[in-house]
Amino acid sequence: MTRTVRLVVFGAGAAVVGILGVLAILVLPAFGGPAHAYRDAAVPAAVAHGTSNAVSSINFDLRGLDTFGEETIFLTSVVVIAVVLRSASDETEQRKKSAGRPLDSTVFGGLLFFPIILIVGLDVVTHGHLTPGGGFQGGVILGTGIHLLYVAGTYRLLERVRPVRPFEWSEAIGAGAFACLGISGLLLGASFLANVIPVGSFGTLFSAGTVPLLNGVVGVEVASGVVVLLSKFFEQAITVRPAHRRAAKTDDKSSSPRER
Amino acid sequence: MTPFIVVALTLVLLGGTATVLTGQPERQAVMLSVYGGLLGVLFMTLSAPDVALSQIGVGTAIVPLVVMLTIRRMQSPRRGR
Repeated sequence: MTRTVRLVVFGAGAAVVGILGVLAILVLPAFGGPAHAYRDAAVPAAVAHGTSNAVSSINFDLRGLDTFGEETIFLTSVVVIAVVLRSASDETEQRKKSAGRPLDSTVFGGLLFFPIILIVGLDVVTHGHLTPGGGFQGGVILGTGIHLLYVAGTYRLLERVRPVRPFEWSEAIGAGAFACLGISGLLLGASFLANVIPVGSFGTLFSAGTVPLLNGVVGVEVASGVVVLLSKFFEQAITVRPAHRRAAKTDDKSSSPRER
Repeated sequence: MTPFIVVALTLVLLGGTATVLTGQPERQAVMLSVYGGLLGVLFMTLSAPDVALSQIGVGTAIVPLVVMLTIRRMQSPRRGR
């Protein structure tokens, strides 16, 4: 394809998308207006299922299948990162001696906030069906919060508190549990991820049926996934060294088995 | 509520521009983190606290951290290939 043909094809496509986009925007309801068709449908459905956080009800109950897809995407991305960033055959892992001490104020702040952030993360996961938040948000808070140990301490301390292997397991278990809860809906009720557990009384901790359970397994999966993901980047940045220093020294531009 | 939305939108506009115009990648990662926080504020003013929480977790913590670690990996002289 020549440059001109490419430009013509792009121009035709862009013109159609542009015209349709403008036409669609012109008939959108005004910003901030009182009419919200989707809200009028979703909020009563959430209330009928005993879920006070309507967003969680949409994510895990009314449109649970979409969230299942998103969790699968998350799992896939973490697996792909783990594969791409694995130690290659021409690399070894090294431990450097502790590279200096962080500032006292950093240590203090890190140790002060470490327990707080874990509690906040657990709170966001367990109350996802009642207040803003949920498994994904709480999982992200938990997964990143653990790394305060690196900010306030050393990489070695982080490695001791956070062995990667169990997190790899719990990530897979979380994702699998999501699928199992979905299939149990299929077996007991009408459809995949149907809310088959009694929804309880509105606004209490034990309400909303499967929503808090799904929040919990998503929390486990996302927290573990974030830990695994970041651990791969930490390994690359801190501990991985090329094993054959000779090859690196003689010719930097020679093609290596694994380009990075 | 509208004044808050206008202020938050303006901050997002400025933050995004500042992120794009920041030259060095490691400074850009820090600016990206600030920009992520501003987006979180915007989502709060638009009454979307769930989205704001996700945005703050991913946009201010994970993505800038991954960018910083990647830069560190690539800039390390003995390992850069």
